Amino acid sequence: MSKTYFTKEHEWVTVSGDEGKVGITDYAQHALGDVVFVELPDIGKKLAKGAEAAVVESVKAASDVFSPVTGEVLAVNAAIVDQPSLINESPEEGAWFFTVRLAALDEIGEMMDRAAYDDFLKSLE
Amino acid sequence: MTKTISGSRGLTIEEPLLFEQGSPEQCGVDLEEPPAVVDRLGGLRRKAPIGLPGLAEPTVVRHYTRLSQKNFGIDSVFYPLGSCTMKHNPRLNEKMARLAGFADVHPFQPESTVQGALALIDLMAHWLKTLTGMPAVAMTPAAGAHGEFCGLMTIRAALEDRGETRTRVLVPESAHGTNPASAAACGFTVDPIPANRRGRVDLAALKSKLGPDVAAFMLTNPNTCGLFEDEILEISEAVHAAGAFFYGDGANYNAIVGRVRVADLGIDAMHINLHKTFSTPHGGGGPGAGPTVLSAALAPFAPLPGVIHDDTGFHLVEHAVGSGRKPCGRIKGYHGQFGVFIRALSYMMSMGADGLRQSASDAVLNANYLLARLSSDLTPSFEGPCMHEALFDDRFLKDSGVSTLDFAKALIDEGFHPMTMYFPLVVHGALLMEPTESESKETLDGFIASVQGLARRAKAGDGELFHNAPEFTPRRRLDETAAARSPVLRWSPAGGNGDKK
Repeated sequence: MSKTYFTKEHEWVTVSGDEGKVGITDYAQHALGDVVFVELPDIGKKLAKGAEAAVVESVKAASDVFSPVTGEVLAVNAAIVDQPSLINESPEEGAWFFTVRLAALDEIGEMMDRAAYDDFLKSLE
Repeated sequence: MTKTISGSRGLTIEEPLLFEQGSPEQCGVDLEEPPAVVDRLGGLRRKAPIGLPGLAEPTVVRHYTRLSQKNFGIDSVFYPLGSCTMKHNPRLNEKMARLAGFADVHPFQPESTVQGALALIDLMAHWLKTLTGMPAVAMTPAAGAHGEFCGLMTIRAALEDRGETRTRVLVPESAHGTNPASAAACGFTVDPIPANRRGRVDLAALKSKLGPDVAAFMLTNPNTCGLFEDEILEISEAVHAAGAFFYGDGANYNAIVGRVRVADLGIDAMHINLHKTFSTPHGGGGPGAGPTVLSAALAPFAPLPGVIHDDTGFHLVEHAVGSGRKPCGRIKGYHGQFGVFIRALSYMMSMGADGLRQSASDAVLNANYLLARLSSDLTPSFEGPCMHEALFDDRFLKDSGVSTLDFAKALIDEGFHPMTMYFPLVVHGALLMEPTESESKETLDGFIASVQGLARRAKAGDGELFHNAPEFTPRRRLDETAAARSPVLRWSPAGGNGDKK
């Protein structure tokens, strides 16, 4: 049983048990434009919530990806490093960035579910 | 349009690479076969030829002449690249730099034979200190970002001398990307400060982030939105109250030179881009220079070497021992960018203090003329007048299907270098225009007519014109994504096995 949560920084995290899989949203990839470079964290790195976890570079700009949760990096998605275009094609499924062992499960409560995130996006227009 | 047989268009030559103009089998000059000799390479002799083409002198001369003609710079067109200050490079500067006494000196010459050159560096330092009101200046940084590095290294040395460990540097979101990069290069972590609705630093946010672990706050004033940070005195007070240093990014000093003394703003260190404010060439046109002025608190930590003047003449201080200094180190070989110093000092002295003051006023006037004339067709990002550059966002293109990038490409067809796009990041689809004081009203009017006309065409639904632009350039729209994702960085012969990456 897994559920996906969203942040105002346009990241998503899918939580199953004490594991979280993190990526950026379709809105974020659209705002960035064509992604040309990705840098992912080292496996085993301990991330604090809100800390810089990854870097995405598009033809327009370079941006930090902040970790939406506190935890230790378990795995990274090497496919998006080899083929950054996956982030534009499949941001919320295949192009996940990294997985973490969640250290503070209560942080999930501070994030939005899909409906709340969609409302948040409408408020940005 | 009919295609020509050669691929060239009139006198616009479709320029091949030198490798495509000759082959290793050809030879551009007739040389006799060299006599047989026994080499002393001890087995290191090259085993295969390296494949350089043999070319005749006229072929090589024409190749480089035509490449130089394709060069696009401030000498050929109006170049309103915001935040870059593409002002005219006066020819007098070049004349001075070519004087034999300056052009033919060598950094290893005995000090007694280069007294004039050292005097020039000292005089240049005097001007920079006088204009900014600061007691010291490090002359060796070789560019703006290098000056930031120098300033932050100096700050780090001062903190270490105090026995303090401060790890964070605060940087506004509208800052040049070099600010966080320089801070990170000096081992600090970077913490961004948001902008307020007026496009200035959010003072409350800054105060909430200041603390005993903050080493410095970096601020560009006027900032990259072209706005004067009018709360700067309160900012510097808060920064100093927290025990941190106040770094000034002097990239936009051209807007305030002769009108504001940096020392009066409470700044502890600020680099000055000589290639911006003081009219030396830049933008791929050669070395820059970023002398960094320092407050009394930071002066002892300035990098070596430095020029001093005493009864026996001018000297270069190369060693800390006995000098009373605690230098942060050495950040560049030799004396700094001497050739740039000559040009900058030539500009300063030909303008005079009053002329420099007027150059700042004229730069601000020109930018406000653009802002005022374009405000009804474009959407200015912030209310009120600007300083040296005018910032617009892409709201005027809403629903037109035209992006800031498309708009910039269409400006190329109009014969202008586009403004800065998508920077600063604090507004959406930014268009940042900096006309500088060099431009006449006629030039600005021509640019304004094109920008207004393009804005009206975009709103009238002429999206195709923009999506197809540029149409009249040697190359049409480039595929920036492919260029970044799979760059071809090396030429390989047709059918050869050279690599493509």
